[in-house]
Amino acid sequence: MPSRFSNPDLRSTGSHPIELLRFNTCGSVDDGKSTLIGRLLYDSKSIMEDQMEALERSADITGGGQINLANLTDGLRAEREQGITIDVAYRYFATPRRKFIVADTPGHVQYTRNMVTGASTANLSIVLVDARLGVIEQSRRHTYIASLLRIPHLVIAVNKMDLVGWSENRFREIREEFESFLPLLDIKDVKFIPMSALNGDNVVEPSSHTPWYAGPTLLGHLESVHIASDWNLHGFRLPVQWVNRPNNPRDPKLHDFRGVSGQIAGGVVKTGQKIMVLPSGHRSTVKEIWTYDGPLQEAFCPQSVTLVLEHDIDISRGDMLIGSENMPGMNTDLRARVCWMGQRPIQCGKKYLLKHTTQTVQAVVTCLENRISMDNFSADTAATELAMNDIGEIRFRAAKPLIFDGYANNRMTGAFILIEQGSHHTLAAGMLLPPTELVKAEYEDFTI
Amino acid sequence: MNSYHLDHLQYLETEAIHVLREVAAEFERPAILFSGGKDSICILRLAEKAFRPSEIPMPFLNVETGHEFPELIEFRDRRAKQLGARLIVRTVDEAFAKGLAAPTPGQISRNQLQIPVLLAAIEEFRFDCCIGGARRDEEKARAKERFFSFRDAFGQWDPKNQRPEIWNLYNARLNQGENMRVFPLSNWTEMDVWEYIQREKLEVPTIYFSHSRECFRRGGQWLPVPTAHADTTKPDPYAGARPKPSEAVKSLVVRVRTIADMISTGMIESPAESVDDIIAEVAAARVTERGTRADDKASEAAMEDRKKAGYF
Repeated sequence: MPSRFSNPDLRSTGSHPIELLRFNTCGSVDDGKSTLIGRLLYDSKSIMEDQMEALERSADITGGGQINLANLTDGLRAEREQGITIDVAYRYFATPRRKFIVADTPGHVQYTRNMVTGASTANLSIVLVDARLGVIEQSRRHTYIASLLRIPHLVIAVNKMDLVGWSENRFREIREEFESFLPLLDIKDVKFIPMSALNGDNVVEPSSHTPWYAGPTLLGHLESVHIASDWNLHGFRLPVQWVNRPNNPRDPKLHDFRGVSGQIAGGVVKTGQKIMVLPSGHRSTVKEIWTYDGPLQEAFCPQSVTLVLEHDIDISRGDMLIGSENMPGMNTDLRARVCWMGQRPIQCGKKYLLKHTTQTVQAVVTCLENRISMDNFSADTAATELAMNDIGEIRFRAAKPLIFDGYANNRMTGAFILIEQGSHHTLAAGMLLPPTELVKAEYEDFTI
Repeated sequence: MNSYHLDHLQYLETEAIHVLREVAAEFERPAILFSGGKDSICILRLAEKAFRPSEIPMPFLNVETGHEFPELIEFRDRRAKQLGARLIVRTVDEAFAKGLAAPTPGQISRNQLQIPVLLAAIEEFRFDCCIGGARRDEEKARAKERFFSFRDAFGQWDPKNQRPEIWNLYNARLNQGENMRVFPLSNWTEMDVWEYIQREKLEVPTIYFSHSRECFRRGGQWLPVPTAHADTTKPDPYAGARPKPSEAVKSLVVRVRTIADMISTGMIESPAESVDDIIAEVAAARVTERGTRADDKASEAAMEDRKKAGYF
């Protein structure tokens, strides 16, 4: 089989840095999400011969001889039987230009929580639309979730164009329908691509059916879209994950070692830099940025490091180390948008467990402010309930102060989940609104 | 800002270190499943990176089928010793003796029998979390796995009702008797694993490199001829797994791409003598890694069924 990518010279061999793009696909039932991913893998020669054999075997049994590309991602028996995608499936492929992690997220309303799961770590979202049906509630919901989760790039894949005779007018109609509500949302970069995932038009290879479309193919776009750092590099944040105390009686050098381990959730830290620990307010200086591979002069988000400080101050998991610029908020009374995933609706006055960075605290939902309508994205302030798959704004009080940023500013320090006490089910994905007041650098010498 | 940039391996590394530290912080009695295979070798390096200069704060656990490649066992023991870690080994044979498991009539492979042995070890040591090297790219049931994969009190996985996993906020909460399987390499591919081994200059068992070996053809694969049956006072552990007279034995230059045990691992003909050679071979490969695993070929849902029962 001739292949663009099986040539070792074209593959990443670790000799040059290669970028990683994470994207998810979403759409309604039968919009052809799994088929699209199957097509991407197939046409980029990322499907191996044994996978192809398995597909051919199942085609003979269930598909009347036609290979079903969706069977590549629909891994569970129930999915193959019902021809639907139940759970987020992750796929991996590489081209000479990039590596890709794909989250195939289901379109059924009842599985919207999985779409949030798949989209939460994505750089880019692909929303599939059936060209015959145009924009439906699911399209709006998925576009809204992409905006809510601050996914920087969006692709509207107008699929099944073959079934509308490759009509440019139909494509324009759908595009205009989207453009009527996109200004209400917070998405910077949107691309519309007409395609047929089943036949492979404009997925990897340009289609001869769309002479009126001058844009890139889907893969061409995925390979070239500019993914400026998704990570926040303004305002140092290190949520303390684990305190590293070797306590090794055999090695006197290690006897006094005390490190603060965690993944940097924002900004840059340098040796010699002043830091403050929150919520205690203790201050110190970074003596060493310790890593297994040797000390670093500076480290940045999202590196995992261990900091050794000048002073022996009280620090434990859940604390946050910050720098002296771009202060975070620190509060127990907070506002957030949540996507509700629990079977039972959210209950005001009920206590939940809340995990934010490395801290899990009790929190009580004090008030439901509104529920977002998917028809026009308006906030319904009269809403009294937030049920599964609803999105709305809540107020809550945490048992301990959270050190946080608005989610729009920092996806790592602005996000939380709610967990049900007892069952330990994950009930909600939460995105904090910006702090109304910031932590003050109270001490005079806490400035550079 | 360009200097503040991670390449794909650095990104996968920081993600995995974060996961390992979450385990150390959130669980009381975690363990690392260490077989000596390439994926768990990466896990150990990541654990060093997560926890040094402290000791790796969890023991290593391995479940033996009794059909292991001797090279793998030697490597496993040596590596655990180098790292100063406690290595716990539980075997299918012991489980037979204790009545925890029973041989399946007509079934030579003991792959399935690792499940009750693993669950018994979890109970014996009261492990609340086991870290494994499974990757989502290996198999399509695994493609549905979470980083933190919840198992009920019977060790079962319920794929239709998994906890949503959002951002890197892992819900590690358990009730008594429940436990978690955690997969720090979830987002790694076979290529990433070898590139990491190359970058970190990690030693791997010699059977990953080409060597000559007596093999025979069965089920479309080259299976290794098992080690000779030395102690004839006991039944041959490889009864049924030795070449039949009709199955010609050939001496071939082969290596393993993925390791189960001697009964379930197909050897591939390969001249790859170094990690660089292996990377070139993986790049050009036209079949998946698991294409050489007899245990996965049982049916299209073979992995899903084993995972539901408590397998990795």
